[in-house]
Amino acid sequence: MFAGLTDRSWLWIAAGFYLAGFLLGTYSLLRAAPQSKSRINFIIGFGYACQFLGLYLRGLQVGGCPLGNQFEIFQFTAWSAITLYFAVGVTFRSSLLGYFTSTLACVLTFSSLALPAWDNTRRAKIFGGNPWIELHASLALFSYGVFALLALTAGLLILRHYSIKNRKLGGWFSFLPPILDLDQISFRLLVTGVTLMTAALAGGSVFWFRDPASVNVGKLLVTVGVWAAYAVALSLRVRGLLLAKRFAWTCLALFVAALISLGPVDASRHPPALPPPANVVPR
Amino acid sequence: MNADAFFVLGATHHKAPISVRERLSLSPAAAETLAGSLRQLEGLQEFTILSTCNRLEFYGVASHPEAAARVQAAFCAVQNFDPAEFDRCRLDLRGPAALRHLLDVSAGLDSQLLGENEIFGQVKDAYAAAQAKGHTGAVLNRVFQKAFQAAKHVRTHTAIAAGQVSIYSVAVELAHSVFGDLASTRILLLGAGDIGEKTARAFQSRGATSMTVASRRLERAMELATTLNSSALPFEQREARLAEFDIVVCATSAPGTVVARDAVRTALHKRPARPILFLDLAMPRDVEAGVAELQNVFLYNLDDLAIIAEENRVARESELAKCRAILGEKVDALWKSIESRLPAVPAMSAAAERRDLSSPASAPLPAERGAVPSPHH
Repeated sequence: MFAGLTDRSWLWIAAGFYLAGFLLGTYSLLRAAPQSKSRINFIIGFGYACQFLGLYLRGLQVGGCPLGNQFEIFQFTAWSAITLYFAVGVTFRSSLLGYFTSTLACVLTFSSLALPAWDNTRRAKIFGGNPWIELHASLALFSYGVFALLALTAGLLILRHYSIKNRKLGGWFSFLPPILDLDQISFRLLVTGVTLMTAALAGGSVFWFRDPASVNVGKLLVTVGVWAAYAVALSLRVRGLLLAKRFAWTCLALFVAALISLGPVDASRHPPALPPPANVVPR
Repeated sequence: MNADAFFVLGATHHKAPISVRERLSLSPAAAETLAGSLRQLEGLQEFTILSTCNRLEFYGVASHPEAAARVQAAFCAVQNFDPAEFDRCRLDLRGPAALRHLLDVSAGLDSQLLGENEIFGQVKDAYAAAQAKGHTGAVLNRVFQKAFQAAKHVRTHTAIAAGQVSIYSVAVELAHSVFGDLASTRILLLGAGDIGEKTARAFQSRGATSMTVASRRLERAMELATTLNSSALPFEQREARLAEFDIVVCATSAPGTVVARDAVRTALHKRPARPILFLDLAMPRDVEAGVAELQNVFLYNLDDLAIIAEENRVARESELAKCRAILGEKVDALWKSIESRLPAVPAMSAAAERRDLSSPASAPLPAERGAVPSPHH
């Protein structure tokens, strides 16, 4: 029954599961009733499996890690965030992080699926068969997934601060995790994201030093800029100069900036080309 | 009539003031003695004794119309309690009404603090004790197990247990919202009075272990510190050592503030990554109001906590109708399932009905089959 499904079909199904997680979570919040954490994890897990399959099929088509256009980058970022959620987020007692992760994945996957222009050009073997470049790219994108999850925990931290400062402890605010837990998990995510991105940039720099012309300057500047911004945030946090709400707002703002930068990065890598949909273009 | 075969007899906080409940409360030894007596009671097939600070209740399955009265007489004899006084505060329900009461009690709907959770554990303990000693049978086993399921269902599917309704519990819940696990938090208690002690005990009941007491009278601080198994701190050092603590409970009777904004700001610089929670339960307030404006500091005073407790209480009350509807369905279904298992209770004779069963002289005591042992013997 499912054997003939295409990569995009699986990704649509995955987006449907993430949407279900979002809708169920919203319904629970509106009722101010606790949501079953195992249920939300189950739904996200199904979505994750379908997305994994969709990305795998896409990977087979393009002959490598599917990072060849904006559609694939958004899908991979959402997948990375969910991976991280299952690695660290499930330890939260509250189901709220699962709800927000599901919401983020829903937004990223649906927006990428709903904009066919993002997937008009499918580029095959963009890494030239070099697994190290592929690792560099996937690590960089994975760090974006980490920053996505960081943006979510930062958002929860801002909400928690607001609820306690303003004496709003009832309703759905009561499902928010404790401030200290959110702060610690955000800090660990920032360390993880910066480490991954540092490793990705270090790997990429080897190729840049060998052949500077092979790397687009615009892409280089934007990527290094994102890395530097997160590294500065981490440094300030370690030194106790960027804390609590300010730290959370910074993480949130940085992720929005990083997400916006993905467009220029992708455009700078490949000159606009509009072949018919589903056309795999070898580079 | 089968309905009379299942009963609950007792006295609760609704009619019995604390002075009466103190005397109704059964010590473990007295409960043991009474259980031994009830076991011998003619016409009583199964029973469970529930004794808490707010209620004394006997749930029973009877094959004799006077069984409940006999239970009452046995209790009064063992506890040396005036039967007439018991009559004045007596709760006596039969059939579905008794069943309904058990479900209400288990779900916390009959508690003084509506929706509180502790009673659920107490009912479970009472049932477990009765079951272990063979005092329960097919009917009570089913009834109690179904009551626990119903209580869990109500707590899961309604907001009857949401939020805390006492000021001390709200304070602890607030601390949990900031720090999560309280076992690793360090608490400073300023003031060694009743409010401070109650708050400290509420924190300890939720796992807090590191507590330091400071009072304007050091000997009083040391006394309370000993009681709480914690340490004492000279009051003058409170601000200098503020950075060592995560939660500061202020409950002094000092006429002015005892924690200044500048002292808190200095403490924050020493511990930038960890927030500080101030619970100012004093009147007049102990903490300078400007402290609330500092980043990573949370300040709650008595009014704030009282408002939250009241909001939670109102929210719980608004859930009552939903809870009662759910439990009503459960009672109907459960009653249908146990009705056929209940023994037939013969109607009381006209002569027996005329007897004043509450009178110890006329109540058929277990002495008919064996004397009730006195707890003093």
